[in-house]
Amino acid sequence: MNFASFGFLAFLAILTLVYFLVPKKVQWIVLLVGSVVFYAFAGFVGFFFLLFAIVISFVTVQILGKRQAALKKYLEDTKETLTKDERKAYRAKHKNGSLLVVCIGILLLTASLVYVKYLSGFINSSLSFGSGAISFGSLAIEVMGISYYTFISIGYMIDVYREKAAVERNFFRHALFVSFFPQLAMGPISRYADTGEQLKATHSFDAKESWCGLLRILWGFFKKLVVADAIAPTIGYIVSEKLGGIYFILLCLFYSIRIYGDFTGGIDIVLGSAQILGIKLPENFNRPFSSKSTAEYWNRWHMTMGNWFTNYIFYPLSLTKSMQKLSKWGRAKLGVGIGKRLPVYTATIITWLATGLWHGFAWNFVVWGLLNGVVILISQELNPLYEKFRARFPKLWHSAPYQSFMAVRTFLLMSLIRVFDCYCDVPLTFDRFFSTFYTFNIGEIFNGGLLELNVSLTQYIVIAVGIVVMMIVSRLSIKKPLRETLWEKPVLGNAIMALLCIAILVFGSYGLGFDASAFIYGGTFN
Amino acid sequence: MKKRIIRIISFALALVAVIGATLYLGAVLQDARLDNREGHLLCGYYDTTDPHDVIFIGDCEVYEGFVPATLFEEYGITSFVRGSSQQTVWQSYHILEETLERETPKAVVFNVLALHYGKTPSESISRMSLEDMEWSKQKIDAIRASMTEEESFLSYFLPILRYHSRWSELDSDDFKHAFDKHADITHQGYLMQTHSDPVDTSDTRQPEAMLEALPERAIEYLDKMTALCKEKGVELILVKAPTNSIRYYWYPEWDAQMVAYAEKNGLAYYSMIGKDEEIGLDWSKDTYDKGLHLNVYGAEKVTSYFGKILAEDHGLTDHRGDSAISAIWEERINSYYNERGEK
Repeated sequence: MNFASFGFLAFLAILTLVYFLVPKKVQWIVLLVGSVVFYAFAGFVGFFFLLFAIVISFVTVQILGKRQAALKKYLEDTKETLTKDERKAYRAKHKNGSLLVVCIGILLLTASLVYVKYLSGFINSSLSFGSGAISFGSLAIEVMGISYYTFISIGYMIDVYREKAAVERNFFRHALFVSFFPQLAMGPISRYADTGEQLKATHSFDAKESWCGLLRILWGFFKKLVVADAIAPTIGYIVSEKLGGIYFILLCLFYSIRIYGDFTGGIDIVLGSAQILGIKLPENFNRPFSSKSTAEYWNRWHMTMGNWFTNYIFYPLSLTKSMQKLSKWGRAKLGVGIGKRLPVYTATIITWLATGLWHGFAWNFVVWGLLNGVVILISQELNPLYEKFRARFPKLWHSAPYQSFMAVRTFLLMSLIRVFDCYCDVPLTFDRFFSTFYTFNIGEIFNGGLLELNVSLTQYIVIAVGIVVMMIVSRLSIKKPLRETLWEKPVLGNAIMALLCIAILVFGSYGLGFDASAFIYGGTFN
Repeated sequence: MKKRIIRIISFALALVAVIGATLYLGAVLQDARLDNREGHLLCGYYDTTDPHDVIFIGDCEVYEGFVPATLFEEYGITSFVRGSSQQTVWQSYHILEETLERETPKAVVFNVLALHYGKTPSESISRMSLEDMEWSKQKIDAIRASMTEEESFLSYFLPILRYHSRWSELDSDDFKHAFDKHADITHQGYLMQTHSDPVDTSDTRQPEAMLEALPERAIEYLDKMTALCKEKGVELILVKAPTNSIRYYWYPEWDAQMVAYAEKNGLAYYSMIGKDEEIGLDWSKDTYDKGLHLNVYGAEKVTSYFGKILAEDHGLTDHRGDSAISAIWEERINSYYNERGEK
């Protein structure tokens, strides 16, 4: 079920009605049934993979829970008889056993993810596909959201292993935590601490939450349908025609706008839907295009993915014995400074490589991931230089023009890295990038070239207005979301809601003649 | 409390504004979309109150091939054409259902060309027929039967969902006439074409080899039409109007299939393919698009030819002696000749 569809809106409306009409103690059952129905639209095979993730993660956390209880009891019972060292040794041995359990769970879930997302790539000896589809001759399956629920499940198992999350004993409540429908298609990747207890709790209808959730859904539709999908034909044209020079620069800018509108719009629909039901999912974006550095950007863009990779890959990797050995070796051979940073840098590169591969088993994602990692490391290496500059020219550093310059610089850099998504062809991307140095065709776009990119002048105007509105809303949402401010001003708020609806209905790219309404992250990175 | 009331009222007003704007803009955008003659061929029927002896049903070969004014003028037979562009047989069936709810003619003449469609060939052309119908159970059934996979049923109730992308093509006139009723541009369903564009005799292209028999789905709907006419006591007559083009070629195998069908169901079937001489058709003058469709001169000849069959073989009454009916038709015939330019 596509979020950008009337089917989804009807589904959400019916579910909301039932959710608030049934006795509160069965609300979670309504959500579980709703999630099953939502997922059923994606097909039976996909449902099997979801069930597999639910069962594996449930069994794993039950075993972990029992082991933890047994350990606690044993240590309690032997409090008087064992020495401190014996207790420590027993605890370490026990922990190794639990580690083995969680590793088996992770391995099984990773295997199903790899099977769906990557196996056909190996079979075909090709690194060219990016979707979660596998194909064996005539058998082809699409498994919606497998990355998201797999990551949610793995995160939960690790959190239980680390004793940072409680063990859910009820299989069906656990199933709801893993499969809660709004986050299935494009995230966010929530942790048990984010949603576990909320999904168990009862919820009364809250007019403010519902109104804000509805406005957020509409805002998501606006970003997706009026801006992101409207600019999509231009991107498609520049890529398919392999246009270079100024068009490559336009592609970088347009694609950034598109993916921002598409992904943040989709997340707005997801979070708004959950908000109507009284569930607060973790935010996934925090004004990413205002970032002054790449590291800051990744703290503001797809935040739950970043947190997941940091918590479950980067930190564990940095603390492994191998990394400690590497650090020791580095200190001895390359000096203390480099040796100290070597494990962190190695873990950074591996984490980013994994992030790239998560997006898709293709060279463009590998290069995209590595480039992000390298840029972040270079930025960190240059940090002392920046600090000196900051100390030397504090006034200039804090001035609005310089802050804007840093934001624009980061935006352009990220746009450039992101463009690898467009071509899905690394040499071609580099070739088109270098064309900007020898193809001087800037005049073309002012002589009608812009209008030959499958978008008319009036459509450009609507897109431009849409971008300006997005910038204003972003600016007005620094302290608190604009929708909450508007809730306090009902006449203005409802007028804006009506205008949003009309703008989406008239200017939105939907229906016959438009084929872009599937979300990028919901489709490609499933 | 006061704020709560303001909140509820302003939300209700916003809802009303969205619904109003959706309906109004939908009408404006749909109207702009239908700003061509072939989008208004069915609506004229709803204004007629007098009964008809014959109802013609079908596609372009019907609304450009049979002239009710000529049929009355020459044979005193009252008729109406319920034809529309690329009208598929499932649309024809539901239009027939709708027609038979309103009146019981003596005969229904169905042109068989559209039987070669197994599915709706064009969403946009299909909509021209469907949106021109008045809302009824039959219209809903016709929509359901005609919808392509990509379409949403909701878009027929809320045209803005289908036509919103035309916003940049609107002009001020579109806003002024959004809810205006369209004038009937036909003559009892006949769409007049007065210019000539002769058949290109140097074109030696041959029709492609026939791939398959008439689709099962089309025959199923023809069965439904046959059953409906029997139930209502109306004679169903099958015709194939003449054409001289390899596009929409009527294969001899299809013709044989129709002959067999007519025989099996006790129906009359008249194919006018190869009857140019009998009809008197001159393809250098009687077509406006190189033989694909007839112009008014060709249509009058076909109507004269077929009217004779209707009068002689199907016993349809000559109403020319009935002064009340003649008075009505005199007016219609005058209007017809006013557009045609001569009498």
